[in-house]
Amino acid sequence: MIRLVLQRIALLVPTLLGLSVLLFLWVRALPGGPATALLGERATPEAVERINRLYGFDQPLLQQYLKYVGQLATGNFGTSTRTNRPVLEEFLNRFPATVELTVLALVIAIGIGIPLGYVAARRQGRLTDHATVVASLIGVTIPVFFLAFLLKWLFAVQLGWFPSAGRQDPSMVATHPTGFYVLDGLLTREWDASWDAIVHLVLPAIALGSIPLAIIARITRASVIEVQNADYVRTARAKGLRRTRLRSRVILRNAMLPVSTTIGLQVGLLLSGAVLTETVFAYPGIGSFLAEAIFNLDYAVLQGFVLIIAVVYALANLAVDVSYGLIDPRMRTR
Amino acid sequence: MTEADLTTAPSAGDPRAGSDDVGASLWRVAFRRLRRNPGAIAGAVIVLAFVLVAAFAPLIANYDAGELPGRADVRPTFIPGPSDEFPLGIDRYGADLFSQLVWGARASLLVGVLSTLVGLLGGMLLGLVAGAFGGWVDALTMRAVDLMLSVPSLLLAVSIAAVIGQTSTSVIIAIGVVQVPIFARLLRGSMLAQRGQDYVLAASSLGLSRRTVTMNHVLPNSVSPVIVQATLMLATAVIEAAALSFLGLGGGAPTTAEWGRMLTAAQNELEVAPRLALWPGVCIAVTALGFTLFGEALREALDPRSRKR
Repeated sequence: MIRLVLQRIALLVPTLLGLSVLLFLWVRALPGGPATALLGERATPEAVERINRLYGFDQPLLQQYLKYVGQLATGNFGTSTRTNRPVLEEFLNRFPATVELTVLALVIAIGIGIPLGYVAARRQGRLTDHATVVASLIGVTIPVFFLAFLLKWLFAVQLGWFPSAGRQDPSMVATHPTGFYVLDGLLTREWDASWDAIVHLVLPAIALGSIPLAIIARITRASVIEVQNADYVRTARAKGLRRTRLRSRVILRNAMLPVSTTIGLQVGLLLSGAVLTETVFAYPGIGSFLAEAIFNLDYAVLQGFVLIIAVVYALANLAVDVSYGLIDPRMRTR
Repeated sequence: MTEADLTTAPSAGDPRAGSDDVGASLWRVAFRRLRRNPGAIAGAVIVLAFVLVAAFAPLIANYDAGELPGRADVRPTFIPGPSDEFPLGIDRYGADLFSQLVWGARASLLVGVLSTLVGLLGGMLLGLVAGAFGGWVDALTMRAVDLMLSVPSLLLAVSIAAVIGQTSTSVIIAIGVVQVPIFARLLRGSMLAQRGQDYVLAASSLGLSRRTVTMNHVLPNSVSPVIVQATLMLATAVIEAAALSFLGLGGGAPTTAEWGRMLTAAQNELEVAPRLALWPGVCIAVTALGFTLFGEALREALDPRSRKR
C-alpha cells in the first residue's frame, strides 16, 4: 500500500514537469510574447523591451525554463497582473471556499446517487427504475451553469429561500481562523456564522453536484444489477446467508468497486464545474477568480492556477486509488 | 483437408471480402437493434430536428442573425414578452428570441461537429500510431495523452481558447484538442484488443503486409467504440461550447446568435425576464439529450455482449 502511494507520487513528478514545459511554452507562444501579456496590447516597444530584460525574457529558452522551474519549486507562481498579489497567495485565499463547495457537492452526489442507483437496481424494470434512468440522463445533459441559473431564479429570486450570491452575508461579523467558513463558525462557536455559510453553499452545491449525482446513480444501478446476478451471490444465498448481510456485505460491497472509481473521476468534473457554478453565484472561490482572470487575460493567474489544480487533481485521484485498496482487498497485496 | 479446400482458402481470406462481410453484419444488426429501441428513435428525432433547423435556418427564422427589429420596444426596466410578431418575445438588445435560437442551432451544430471532428481526427491519428507501432512510440504517445488528461477538461479548453484568442474558431480548436486524448486512448485500447485476435494472426500468416493488416483488418474492427464515443462527444461539445462562450471566450458581439452567449446576456436579466435564460438553456439541454440518447443506444447496439441477448 505504502509502495503504491510512493510510486504514484514519483509518477507525479514527470507529469508535472511535462505540464510545466507546456505551460511555459504556452505563455511564450502568446501573440506578442509574455511582455504583451503583462503590459497589454498597446504597450510601447520600449516598455516591452524593458519588461523583457527585467523578467529575463531575452535570455535563451532553456535558461528561462530552468529559472521558471526553480521559481515553481520555491512556490513562486508569479504575480497576478490584476491584483498585483502573488498567484499562490490568491489561490490559497480562495481554495478553502472551493473545497467547501466541492465537498458538499460530492456529499450530495454520493449521498443521493448511491441510494438512488441501488433502489433503482433492486426494482429493475419498474417505475422507480425508469424514473431514475430518465432523471439521471437529464442530469447529465443539463449544462451546469443553466441548472445554476434555474436554481438561482427559483429558490433565490422567486422564493427567496436561499441567498443568491456570495459566501456569507456581508453584514455577518465573523472571525476566520482557517478560511473554511463552516468550520470557522464551529471552532469559534459562532453558530450563526456557520449556518449562514451553509445556507450560501446549498444552491451552488446542488448545481455543481447534479452531474456527478446522475453519473454515480447510473453506475451504481448498473453495477448492482450486474453483481446481484453474479454466481458468488447465488452461492452466498444458497449457503443461507441472511438477506441483510447478503445485501450489505456481498452485493453492495462488490458493487461499490466501479462506483468508487467513478467518484474519483468526478473530481476533475467538479473542479471544471466550479468555474461555472461559482461565476453564476458570485461565489468567491478559485473558479470565479479563474473566470475573472480569463476576462482580464491575467495569464500569470491562468497558468499558475491550472498547474496547482493539476496537482490537486492528481492528489485527489491518488486518494481515490488508496481508498480503492481499502474496499478491494485484492488491491492491497500489489 | 481436400484439394478444393486449399484452393478456396486464399479467396476466403481475401481481406476486402472478409472485413466487409463482418463489418456489414455488425452494422446491419446494430441498425436493426436501433430501430427497436425507443431511446434511439427519440435521440435520432431530436438530432434530426436540430440538424434540419440548423440547415434551413434562413427559412425558419423570421429575422437575420443579430438583427434588432424590436430595438425601440426595449426599456431599461421592461423587456416585451411574447407577441404576434415575436413568438418568444425579444431580448435585451431587441433581437427576436425565436430567430436567435434558430440561428443559434446553426452555430452550435457547427461548433459541435467541427470540434468533435478535430478531436476525432487528432485522436485517431495518435491512437493509430500508438496502436499500430507499439513499443516506445506507444509509450511516448500515451505519456503525452496522460499529460493532457492531467488537467480537468474544461480548464484545459479554457486555457487553450484564452491563448489562441477570443473567436469561435479558437473555441472549436480548444474543445477539439481536449477530446484528442480521449479518442486516442480509446482507439489504441481497442486496437490492442484486436491485435491478439485469430483473424489478425490469420491475415499476417497469409503474408499480408503489416500495413494492410493494420489498416484493412485491425482498424475497421476497432472503430466502433470510437464512433460511439464521437456521438456522445457531440453532446459534450455542444455543452462545452456554450460554457466557453458563457465564460466570454466565444468572441463576437453580445447580440451574436449563440446559445451560450444568449445565456450569458440573460444572466443580468434574470429578475426581469427569466425566459431569456430558459429558452437557450432548454435548447442546449435537449440537443445534448438527443446526442446522448442516440450515442447510448448505438453503444448498446454495437456491444456484442448485449447483442447476444
